[in-house]
Amino acid sequence: MDKILFILLREYLTRVKKKSFIIMSFVGPILMAALFIVPVWLATMEDDEKFSVAVLDESQQFYKSLTNTETYTFTFLPEGKISELKKTYFESGYNAVLNIPKDIENPNQKLTLYSDQQIKLSVQSYITQSIEKEIERLRMNEKGIDVKMLDSIEADLNINTIVWTAEGDENESSTELSMAIGFVFALIIYMFIFMYGAQVMRGVMEEKTGRIVEIIISSVKPFQLMMGKILGIALVALTQFLLWIVLTLAIVMTANVLIISNSQSSPSSEMFQNTTPANPDVEKMLENSDSNAANFMKIVYNLPFGMILFSFIFFFIGGYLLYASLFAAIGGAVDNETDVQQFMLPITIPLILSIVLAQTIIQNPHGSVAFWFSIFPFTSPVIMIIRVGFGVPWWEMALSMFLLIITFIGTTWVAAKIYRTGILLYGKKVTYKELWKWLRY
Amino acid sequence: MSLLSTENVIKKYANHLALDKVSISVNEGQIFGLLGPNGAGKTSLIRIINQITAPDEGFVYFDNVPLKPQHVSQIGYLPEERGLYKKMKIGEQAIYLAQLKGMQKKIAQVKLKEWFIKFEIQDWWDKKVEELSKGMQQKIQFIVTIVHEPRLLIFDEPFSGFDPINANLLKTEILALKEKGSTIIFSTHNMASVEELCDDIALISNGKTILNGSLSDIKNQFKPNIFEIIFSKPFNKMEFAMNSFFELLSIEELRNESLSVKVKLKDPMATNELLSAGIKAGNIISFNEFIPSMNEIFINIVQKEKLKITEN
Repeated sequence: MDKILFILLREYLTRVKKKSFIIMSFVGPILMAALFIVPVWLATMEDDEKFSVAVLDESQQFYKSLTNTETYTFTFLPEGKISELKKTYFESGYNAVLNIPKDIENPNQKLTLYSDQQIKLSVQSYITQSIEKEIERLRMNEKGIDVKMLDSIEADLNINTIVWTAEGDENESSTELSMAIGFVFALIIYMFIFMYGAQVMRGVMEEKTGRIVEIIISSVKPFQLMMGKILGIALVALTQFLLWIVLTLAIVMTANVLIISNSQSSPSSEMFQNTTPANPDVEKMLENSDSNAANFMKIVYNLPFGMILFSFIFFFIGGYLLYASLFAAIGGAVDNETDVQQFMLPITIPLILSIVLAQTIIQNPHGSVAFWFSIFPFTSPVIMIIRVGFGVPWWEMALSMFLLIITFIGTTWVAAKIYRTGILLYGKKVTYKELWKWLRY
Repeated sequence: MSLLSTENVIKKYANHLALDKVSISVNEGQIFGLLGPNGAGKTSLIRIINQITAPDEGFVYFDNVPLKPQHVSQIGYLPEERGLYKKMKIGEQAIYLAQLKGMQKKIAQVKLKEWFIKFEIQDWWDKKVEELSKGMQQKIQFIVTIVHEPRLLIFDEPFSGFDPINANLLKTEILALKEKGSTIIFSTHNMASVEELCDDIALISNGKTILNGSLSDIKNQFKPNIFEIIFSKPFNKMEFAMNSFFELLSIEELRNESLSVKVKLKDPMATNELLSAGIKAGNIISFNEFIPSMNEIFINIVQKEKLKITEN
């Protein structure tokens, strides 16, 4: 038993001391944090640029509805022609010229924006919405509709979802949040199984092609060598995962303090909300964090975090052990990189299938597709973790876990047999038929 | 006293019999040569002794008890296919391999440093294996094999990859280990080194032991009883050939007025009769018996085996 420990330690230490591990530990969190921060940051940055528009309003009705903001300035030109403005455009210093035709209320008419550059969507939507609103106001006045009354009629609905537990508790839930958490965790499990499974395989191949393996298995059993390697690399994966969590949180929190709080206190955030109604997600997010912060925290608090964390760790380790042992068997069977592909394919198919299915499962986390794939041990590590956030009946969870344990014991047994024969065969091209024979030795 | 013995060991692979009732006995404190052509089953037998694989039938005894997992710490194995972790530092790697053999880390470190100094490679302790030449790696592998001071050492083609100087150093070390009481199984195709080092040998061909015994017995068993006598001229051929103890094979003129005469004795013990006949026939300069080299014996036997198989 202590020999497994020596092997485990060697596998662990040589890997965490590698430059690539250290670099990945820092680059990973930076990338993940960037995923959260950059879109928000970009959105706040974008509107800081000043943009001035000359308005040629032939109808003389709408220029007043285009109010100046922090970043947009509208200058009304009392008269002139587009053809003349075109000549003086480059000296004028405007970023764009807006032409409002006389009969803009006619549905066939269009606004025209002239510029020397591609105009941002936020500018376009600000202009069209401002003028649309004015046209609507005018039409309502024409038809004798009271605008104030209309405002009071307009409905604004939000849905509250509450989960009843068997104990009679009521938990407020958020589908979006469950989706996000499920998907992120599933992606992490998928990525880590692939990355570290492949490391197990490469480690085995290194020992085989480097002819070290015969020296080592004269001291330890092949099974001990295989398990020591698999467990050592599992520890590397967990170390990397923990580092990522800690560092990502640190970066996101720092960035939060620096960027988001900054932008909220400045007038530009007001701008942000007014000018980009086309992006309801961001709005909702901001709304949530502002007005419904307390409510949101309650929802987060109500998520089955203990359950999510427990099942994440369980399926992470279970899935890894299942696949890593198969990867080890491949590494033991093949002699060079080119032979790897034919054996990799059948193993990676269920793994890739499960991440492809993730979308479907999120849409319908309690459907029969979701059920069967979260029970099937080769896909359950990825699929079950998606479902956990939505609540999974305990017996399904138990069945899935039980099957995963049984299967990884089975695959380890199979892998050990292939491994111990394969590692001592040099320079032989291996076929499936051959592997089947090794199983019966 | 045999330290290791096998009894009717059988090992089958999918489509052939690698070992067919192989029984060998390795005496304590001796160097045992395990010989045989490629694919004879030497490596299969060595792997069974190292408990890398298990025999299908038969028994292996170590120190008169059935071979057990804990015996691995008393065996040192230098495989023919050998390598080291390329990216790992040499010192670290040597300690790791010693720990796997059950050594304490601190003791391993002290012993390894001693050996590194002895082989004049102490400067390499912190280098990576990929920085070393193949011969240098072989030295480290040798040290790693013996550092835990095992009672039984198994060397499979130990001299491959060594230059003549280092091969000689290795030979001296192997003999020194024997002096200290280690028992050594030595597998090689290099028959010259077998004659230099081995006390006992076994020859395996097609999974069967076809020769087994002490080197000198086997050589005696295979000597053709041919003698060469060199005479200075004149030489009376008629008188020399007139007897019934031997038959005359050839007479060859040599430079400086001498003749080389080859005869085959009918009775191996009749050397005195041969000598007295020679004295009568002329002036004897030298008198030698042809002893076959291990190389000749090996080729001879293996070819006979092949013939037997094709006949069957």
